[in-house]
Amino acid sequence: MADLRSDFVGIRSPNPFWLASAPPTDKEVNVRRAFAAGWGGVVWKTLGLDPHIVNVNGPRYGAIWGADRRLLGLNNIELITDRPLDVNLREIKAVKRDWPDRAMVVSLMVPCDEESWRSILPLVEETGADGVELNFGCPHGMSERGMGSAVGQVPEYIEMVARWCKAATRMPVIVKLTPNITDIRQPAGAAKAGGADAVSLINTVSSITSVNLDNFSPEPSIDGKGSHGGYCGPAVKPIALNMVAEIARDPATRGLPISGIGGVTTWRDAAEFMALGSGTVQVCTAAMTYGFRIVEELVAGLATWMDEKGHADLDDFRGRAVPNITDWQYLNLNYVAKARIDQSLCIHCGRCYAACEDTSHQAIAMKPGRVFEVKDDECVACNLCVNVCPVEDCISMVELAPGEIDARTGKVVSPDYANWTSHPNNPAAKAAE
Amino acid sequence: MAPSPQTPGIVAGRLTEDALRENFADIAPPLTAHEALVAADRCYFCYDAPCTEACPTSIDVPLFIRQIQSGQPEASARTILSQNILGGMCARVCPTETLCEEACVREAAEGKPVEIGRLQRFATDAAMGRAQPFRRAAPTGRRIAVVGAGPAGLACAHRLALLGNEVTLFDARPKPGGLNEFGIAAYKSVDNFAQAEVDWLLDVGGITLRCGERLGETVSLETLRAGHDAVFLGIGLSGVRALGLTPAGARIRPAVEFIAEVRQADDLGGVPVGRRVVVIGGGMTAIDAGVQAKKLGADEVTIAYRRGREKMSASSYEQELAATEGVRILTDSVPVGVKLNGTGSLVEFARPDGETFTLHADEVLTAIGQTLGATPEALALSGGKIAVTGAGRTSLPGVWAGGDCAEGGDDLTVTAVAEGRDAALDIHASFGDAGLSGS
Ligand SMILES: Cc1cc2nc3c(=O)[nH]c(=O)nc-3n(C[C@H](O)[C@H](O)[C@H](O)COP(=O)(O)OP(=O)(O)OC[C@H]3O[C@@H](n4cnc5c(N)ncnc54)[C@H](O)[C@@H]3O)c2cc1C
Ligand SMILES: Cc1cc2nc3c(=O)[nH]c(=O)nc-3n(C[C@H](O)[C@H](O)[C@H](O)COP(=O)(O)O)c2cc1C
Ligand code: SF4
Repeated sequence: MADLRSDFVGIRSPNPFWLASAPPTDKEVNVRRAFAAGWGGVVWKTLGLDPHIVNVNGPRYGAIWGADRRLLGLNNIELITDRPLDVNLREIKAVKRDWPDRAMVVSLMVPCDEESWRSILPLVEETGADGVELNFGCPHGMSERGMGSAVGQVPEYIEMVARWCKAATRMPVIVKLTPNITDIRQPAGAAKAGGADAVSLINTVSSITSVNLDNFSPEPSIDGKGSHGGYCGPAVKPIALNMVAEIARDPATRGLPISGIGGVTTWRDAAEFMALGSGTVQVCTAAMTYGFRIVEELVAGLATWMDEKGHADLDDFRGRAVPNITDWQYLNLNYVAKARIDQSLCIHCGRCYAACEDTSHQAIAMKPGRVFEVKDDECVACNLCVNVCPVEDCISMVELAPGEIDARTGKVVSPDYANWTSHPNNPAAKAAE
Repeated sequence: MAPSPQTPGIVAGRLTEDALRENFADIAPPLTAHEALVAADRCYFCYDAPCTEACPTSIDVPLFIRQIQSGQPEASARTILSQNILGGMCARVCPTETLCEEACVREAAEGKPVEIGRLQRFATDAAMGRAQPFRRAAPTGRRIAVVGAGPAGLACAHRLALLGNEVTLFDARPKPGGLNEFGIAAYKSVDNFAQAEVDWLLDVGGITLRCGERLGETVSLETLRAGHDAVFLGIGLSGVRALGLTPAGARIRPAVEFIAEVRQADDLGGVPVGRRVVVIGGGMTAIDAGVQAKKLGADEVTIAYRRGREKMSASSYEQELAATEGVRILTDSVPVGVKLNGTGSLVEFARPDGETFTLHADEVLTAIGQTLGATPEALALSGGKIAVTGAGRTSLPGVWAGGDCAEGGDDLTVTAVAEGRDAALDIHASFGDAGLSGS
């Protein structure tokens, strides 16, 4: 049986599934129930200085749905905890005392001056918490007050605050990054330079989920007005995976521990984050959508997959996908594939035909009887037909073996690797060896 | 003592009011808004969609389903109604299992097609409460007589009126609707939907309805031709094939008559039905008669069909419905004689191997086919129906025909609508540009 125990910058948990800092971790009552349900750890809902902030008294969430109202994306305009600091600290201490084997990380957001950070850290330390997470991510509300993503968008501030914190506490310091920037490697590098033990990402993506077409207010609407919120849930996973991968493979940040966040909904999502280098994953929207019990599926699913693949523990596969992420210019241009339609699986809907004919390379023929066939002399292997086909595995990309002829170009497929850097059409090409 | 299913003879009120209400409730209740979204989400928006191809009126199914997905059932209804003005009735009565839903790629893939019929009902229901979504074109000055206010005549009249023509719609019966009103099983069209749909349709304007006018009796084809620019005949099949075995006094009657009685009853508790009912036939009418007899409280209902099950024109869906309702279907059973027996009769059947058997019947309903009623002699016939070429052109210039009375077609509501609509387009086109300036 796979060993799911995790040791993330010295913070131990029985499994790598943590609840992200958000409403699920806002109170003692939730967190106790989360631990009872099996979560490996929590990042407590972000604490701030007193007087505590207030939230709007109208709707905080907006959403995007797929079929059967499956929630695909959630948007929120909630701020950090709206309860007094001492109440939170007391509760954190009580829970940690009763659940010593679970990871208890406390998220923090205070004004961007050294005194504020230095003064809050000992209070957290006193609870027995395992670590802190600096919330430089919240993109709404707090950022207008010079906190959250207002700090996270300026690498120099990140480095500065990380350094203050490292100097003021013995606890591991995790810096939570905002995705609302152009190059995630900059803030990650700054966190590392400031001495942070790890980064966690992503926080939410600035967003407006919808506009009410009756009164022209954005949703969620507070008295006819709305402000942008933070987007999370399954819809943001691809953005998060890319950012995690960027940090994992950049020479400047390679090896920096990462807690992966963003759209983790099933064990598979978690395994993907970990394959890209995440030591733990954090979950918010999936828990908010389905409740705490999903952790049972996460734990069982990851263990089942690890057993199937023969991964004894998390280190066995963590980061295994990282070496396979490269720049476009290094992709093998001599790799040639063609779409193949398995006629026995085809249900004749013609979606591949419409997509290819209208928007791609006119490489699918529609024959009498609604039979769809790939024209090898037109197919560029773009994969669109595979993506729009409603039947799994009906269309696949089949690699042409070296020596075969690509009917589109008339060229023999070469066994050699060759990329753009040496391509004749590249004005900056270096002569191939 | 109140009558029960076991009360001998033919009596009314075999079931309580509650039981009748439950038995005759909507057989396929409308989808809720959420159910409709879930059902609509299953559509793949097929290229050159096979469902549309399979629809006799060529409704753009993937488009109307997409419009439900995007939250506009009224726009969806417009897509449906622009092809099929009786899209509401068709959503209820079409044997979708042999039309669009049979063609749906998800039927092939998982044996579970997109619920096109129910989605169509969801969309058209949204339109029914509202005004006609269509506006008439400028007047052409042309006048057309449409005879028969069944699906064929109604679709023809509506399309002609839309195109700016003036239509007079004649029907022999006191009410319009044809078999929508008198034939379709009661549990497929509840809450007087047929009438509501006709009223909604006529709202388009330009159609004068004249009920109680029978072609060949109160009006002649010659007068109609003389007084109109064109004539369309959608007179359905008003005759019935007889069994030819009926001894005097036996309670044998056409199934369509029984069904019409059920449809027109204000109080189903007042419709008499036999304790033991034998229905002879193997089509939709036989099933409808058998099922409705059972639902009225008949104790034993048997449908006897002369050939094998595979030859029955009732779809497997209909056959299953009969089975679920507790109606027995006997195949390879040819009726060879009827004898009086007390208040009922004994019907004798022969099997292909020569074996014979008898069934007791308080009431025998025959559903062995409808036939064309009296038609003007001048019209050429073919195979017992009015001969037509192209979009319903008869042998007489200026006279078109469509629906059940015309040659070809499937004798379905939806084909009648398609033929009525196409004849209207052909009639309108036959006027040429001259018609547009008025006459
Ligand atoms: C019992 C039964 C159940 C059925 N169930 C279904 C079903 O579930 N689904 C389905 O798709 N189809 C069903 N059908 C078939 C469907 O009802 C017909 O195909 C359809 O109604 C044909 O339309 P129509 O306009 O041609 O004829 P009709 O609906 O028969 O209308 C003809 C009209 O012409 C009038 N008329 C007749 N003669 C004259 C005259 N001389 N002068 C003036 N008016 C005249 C009649 O009064 C009638 O109103 C069923 C048929 C029957 C009998
Ligand atoms: C309602 C709500 C409130 C949140 N509040 C905080 C917060 O106080 N501090 C924080 O660091 N992140 C906060 N987040 C962000 C989440 O911790 C997490 O980074 C984000 O939702 C992405 O993960 P997910 O896709 O699993 O939801 C909040 C998210 C939501 C939905
Ligand atoms: S065949 Fe089925 S899936 Fe395809 S468009 Fe029609 S309803 Fe949709």
